[in-house]
Amino acid sequence: MSHSILFDAHLCTGCRGCQVACKQWNDLEAVETTNTGSYQNPPRLSDKTWLIMKYNEVEQGDKVQFVFGRHACMHCEHPACATACPLEALHKTEEGPVLYRADRCFGCRYCMLACPFEIPTFEWDQGMFAGPWIRKCTMCADRLSVGREPACVQTCPTGALKYGQRDELLAYAHQRIQKYPERYVQHVYGEKEVGGTSVIYISHVPFEELGLPADLQDEPISHFAEDAMYATPIAAVGLAVGLTGFYWVVRRRQKMAAQKSGAGSKE
Amino acid sequence: MATRASTRRGISIREPGQQRPWLNFTELPPISPLLVILALLAALAAGIFVVRIFTGWGLVTNLNDNYGWGLWKGFNTLVGIALGASGFTTAFAVYMLGKERFHPVARIAVLVGILGYLSSVFSLLIDLGHPDRIIFPVVFWNPESPLFEVAWCVMLYLTVMILEFSPAVLNRLGLRKAEGIAHDAVIPLVIGGTVLSCLHQSSLGSLFLNVPDQLDPLWYTPMLPLFFLMSAIYVGPAVVIFASTLASRALGRGLAPDILSSLAKVIPYLLGIYLFAKILELLIADDFHLLFDGTRASGLFFLEMSVGIIFPMLMLLSARIRENVSWRFLASLMIIAGLMLNRVDVSIISWARPADALSYTVHPLEWGFTIGLWAGLALVFYLVALYFPVFGGHGDGQASD
Repeated sequence: MSHSILFDAHLCTGCRGCQVACKQWNDLEAVETTNTGSYQNPPRLSDKTWLIMKYNEVEQGDKVQFVFGRHACMHCEHPACATACPLEALHKTEEGPVLYRADRCFGCRYCMLACPFEIPTFEWDQGMFAGPWIRKCTMCADRLSVGREPACVQTCPTGALKYGQRDELLAYAHQRIQKYPERYVQHVYGEKEVGGTSVIYISHVPFEELGLPADLQDEPISHFAEDAMYATPIAAVGLAVGLTGFYWVVRRRQKMAAQKSGAGSKE
Repeated sequence: MATRASTRRGISIREPGQQRPWLNFTELPPISPLLVILALLAALAAGIFVVRIFTGWGLVTNLNDNYGWGLWKGFNTLVGIALGASGFTTAFAVYMLGKERFHPVARIAVLVGILGYLSSVFSLLIDLGHPDRIIFPVVFWNPESPLFEVAWCVMLYLTVMILEFSPAVLNRLGLRKAEGIAHDAVIPLVIGGTVLSCLHQSSLGSLFLNVPDQLDPLWYTPMLPLFFLMSAIYVGPAVVIFASTLASRALGRGLAPDILSSLAKVIPYLLGIYLFAKILELLIADDFHLLFDGTRASGLFFLEMSVGIIFPMLMLLSARIRENVSWRFLASLMIIAGLMLNRVDVSIISWARPADALSYTVHPLEWGFTIGLWAGLALVFYLVALYFPVFGGHGDGQASD
């Protein structure tokens, strides 16, 4: 059982209520808007914005249509950020959210590289004594712990965001795309991608048009470095023993050669 | 400068009447334009360090949330450790393979190794959000993380290298007993150093196994750790040639030229093995056609392989080039440049970023810190070489090139 969020792109009206609710609940500073030629604002996630709505303009035949994509931490089942973090500052909780322990973090930002969704952000404008920490969506773990749903979900007026247990939401998502096959792409994004995520999506347009990375493999990212990492202690012991043995043989040969050649001499 | 009579107090191991090429501790280093320029650049780096610590990254870098790693980590840290591999490869050749003719190289190789690793450590210190927590990996463990392993190995190996270099210092201080102990410990140190180096040089490659969807397939392969290790091995002799050629220019003494040319003889084989493995990997992974799709990635790959591998390999096959100081220096420079390009390709440039990603161009002060840091370490090298016998123990004589 784990807490989970379902985003139904078909029901989203792009009101940005979730984006505002996230700022309010987490007490995040406002960011000055910038015109990048689209409605999307702020243009991307930052340490002060943990959730944005992406305003994608998608051509459908001769029409241009707005497609709204929710962009925030996916709370992976096997998070790449947690595998990458050398100090286990980022970690997957049993309850579902991927959480961050600032008291362990030394600010290497390897999590930002490893995340396939480009989620973790960093407080770039903080000196060493004022931060700087990794910031990202917590799935409102503080609200979950007292039995309330995440702020973004509570705000959503159209039901595009749903909160529940992961298996229930998965079942609901499948039921919905089967019920309306003409409306939905027949795929639940996040069910299997990178080993599954706790935030799952259904959509009426291909998922890459929502701004999600396409073609992610089902294998958790942690598996890619796993073999190399598990081989490490074995390689260490093997190398040490091998090299010692090798040196012993070389020395013995040298000694024997010296004895042979120097048999008659003083040696 | 070096031949001034030493009647002042100070520890001297000079035999009567023998000219010693290094300075007494009581003598100040001679002021030269080189010394001043290096010191000024190092001061610039120190200034940038202070600004970063107190104000964050905004004033001195262009890093952003899509480019979490830039020049300081993607280039300095990776390149510093790779170039520092000269220490372990040379020690391995001398003590394990018994290649005694390279013995005079060992000390300078280890010194360059220490400085290479220090450049990585200092780059990490300015790049980490909380440099005061740099030793946290000792306490908080995530053995799944390649970075965790790198942190441990670098800490341990830096210690090993300092111990390996200690005979030069102890000898110079006249602490014969301690020097003897350090000498006796050399074999376990070399074995330990080799193990640690193999582990973390390859783990630096494992770092990028965690980005299967972002790194270009020309570079992304499960063999990445092995390629990182192999390239650290081939760059070792090139670094020794580079450093000792420059040092002998500055100091007027150095390694005998025949040592450097026989060191250069090894390089084409190491490069050849690497080249073969790279091509084989592309063929097996069925990525070979990507070389000819005319993208920026394929261009960079060709540049990296031609300038850094194929040209120097062919050059150093020729005895005339190996024995010519300038040409040999150029070849070693090309190998080092190729390795640098490889590391930035893997860590920064050849990544697929989302369409709405921010862009990153290196901030002038990021370069400023990098250049200043290397200038500072070159200064340390120069000073150490002025006071200590760095070109082998007894063989430290006048340069012939």
